[in-house]
Formats: sequence, structure tokens, C-alpha cells
Amino acid sequence: MMETVGTSMLLAAGAGPELPTVNDFLPPEILFQGTPFAINRIILIRLVATVVLLLVLGITAARAKLIPGRWQGLIEYGIDFVRNNVVYETMGELRGRRYVPMIATLFFTIFIFNLFGIIPGANMAATATVTMPLVFAIWVLVQYWIAACREKGFFRYIRDECFTPGVPWPIYILLAPIQLIELLIIRPASLTIRLFANMISGHLVLATCLAFAQYWMVEAANKFVGIPVGGIWFLGGFVMTLFEAFIAFLQAYVFAILATVYINLSYPDE
Amino acid sequence: MDIITLAEVAGNLSVIGYGLATIGPGIGLGILFGKAMESTARQPEMSGKIQTIMFIGLALVELLGLLGFVALLIK
Repeated sequence: MMETVGTSMLLAAGAGPELPTVNDFLPPEILFQGTPFAINRIILIRLVATVVLLLVLGITAARAKLIPGRWQGLIEYGIDFVRNNVVYETMGELRGRRYVPMIATLFFTIFIFNLFGIIPGANMAATATVTMPLVFAIWVLVQYWIAACREKGFFRYIRDECFTPGVPWPIYILLAPIQLIELLIIRPASLTIRLFANMISGHLVLATCLAFAQYWMVEAANKFVGIPVGGIWFLGGFVMTLFEAFIAFLQAYVFAILATVYINLSYPDE
Repeated sequence: MDIITLAEVAGNLSVIGYGLATIGPGIGLGILFGKAMESTARQPEMSGKIQTIMFIGLALVELLGLLGFVALLIK
């Protein structure tokens, strides 16, 4: 008996389930092949997500009433959350007012893009390749440099950040390059890596769970072992889906709040 | 079945490397959330502010774990 179970499991391991690979994130082009506007699956998801987001928010805004209904209340709750809990909490109302539209755009776009990772039919977060988070991160980079140049002036900003007063001068040889790299590279790179690596790992874990569930339940020769094991994998996949929904929100929140913090650091502190 | 290949380990050493890479962020998260809970219990009226700072710290700690993951991808 043990012999047969062991053999079937070994044979099963030989055939193997369809595990996800990194190639999932480099899908073939499906439209306009060979042109600079070539569209693959992930870019198509981005376009669909953008249209969905614009339609939902646009229709809600067009039908806005003084006394909000249930749906309008939900959207307003989201926007209030970004304004009060993210921007005003970090920057204060006076400074923050200018940045509420930008941070709200970032938050909602990233949230919807992330959420497409668990929507059936799409099953791939639109932020799961490096380019999309990079665009958002470069936007933040440009914004905090503009804020610094406007509020402090370019040279004073460089002096404050790289040549912090009150440090003995030989330290500057070490400190100045580190701070400059932090301002120019590390901040946007960390924003980018955090978002896309989270989405990639989420997709890989989810796809692994479901691939094993399908493999054990459908393809494994020994149904007596296969059904319970596959059931456990499927349960894992279900829990991971819920977890991914939470991660989609958390990453959007973290991106928005770090963008706010970085912009706030460009202002002079009284 | 060959008795020698019974306990064969197949796979990639970088998986172990990534497992090791999660230890540091794990410790960091423990300290982070523990301290955040402690300070919220001491001063419940500051919980909003503490939560914001906690999430900023969370993002930085998390990045360390993800760097290991990215290194695994591009290896």
C-alpha cells in the first residue's frame, strides 16, 4: 500500500503541476505587434482598469447629490480617508490642500490597478511589472523636487539635505553623496520595488496555490489522497485571495503616505 | 525504486537564501508592531499618529524582505 502511494506521488511529481513562472509577467504582445504601441495582456488590463476607474468616479461625480446615497457615500468615504488620514494627518491642512488631488489620484489608481490581481478574468495586477510603479515613483520624485525648489530654493535644499548644519566637515565627504543618492535614486527605487515586488509575489503565491489545487484534485492518479490535499490547497488559495485584497489596499495606502511624507520633507521645518 | 534517491532534494539554493533574507525583516516587524501596540496602550489618544508612523516604518522594513525577493527574480 505504502509502495503504491509513494510511487503514484513520485510519478505525479514527475509530471508536475503548471507552476507560475516569471514569464507570466512578460506575456506575448496581442495587438499592434512590432510597433512602439504594442499591447500585451498587462497593458490591456491597465487600459481597462483606467476606463473602469474613470467611468465609476465620473458617473458618481456627475450624479452627486447633496444628500449622498449609499454608493456616493462609499466613494466619499474613500476620498475623505485619503484627505484626512493620509494628507492632512502628515502635512497639515495648510500645506496639504495643494496635494490632495495628486495623492488621491495615486491612491485610487494604485488601489484599482492592484485589485485587478484578484478579479477573475484579469488575474494579474496592472502594477505587477516594473514600469507602472516607476511612472508613479517618478511623478512623486518630480513633485518633491518642485516642492523643494519652490519652498526652499534649489541651493538651500541641497545644502540642508546634503550638508546638514552642525556636522563636523570631514563627515560631509561621506554624508553628501549618500544623501544625494537617497534623494535621487533610493526614494523612487524603494517606492517602485515595494509595489511591484508585492504584486509579483502575491500573484506567484496565489497561482501556486491554485495550480496545486487543480493538480491534486483533477490530475493526480490517487483520488483518495488527491481530493483532501487539493482541498487544502484550494482553501489556501481562497485565503490568499482575501489577503491579496488587503495587500492591494495596504500597498496603495503605503505608497500614498510615503509620497506625502517625501513631499513634506521638502518643506522647511519651522 | 532506488533507495539512494529516496531523499533527493531538488530545487534552487536561492530559495533558502530568500528564507534567510526574511529573518531580519521578521524581527523588525515584531519590534515595530510590538512597540506600536505598547505606545498606543500608553497613549490611546495618539493612536492615529502612531499608526501613520507605524505604516511608514512597515514600508521600510518590508522593503528589506522584498529586496531579497527581487534578487531571487533577477539572479
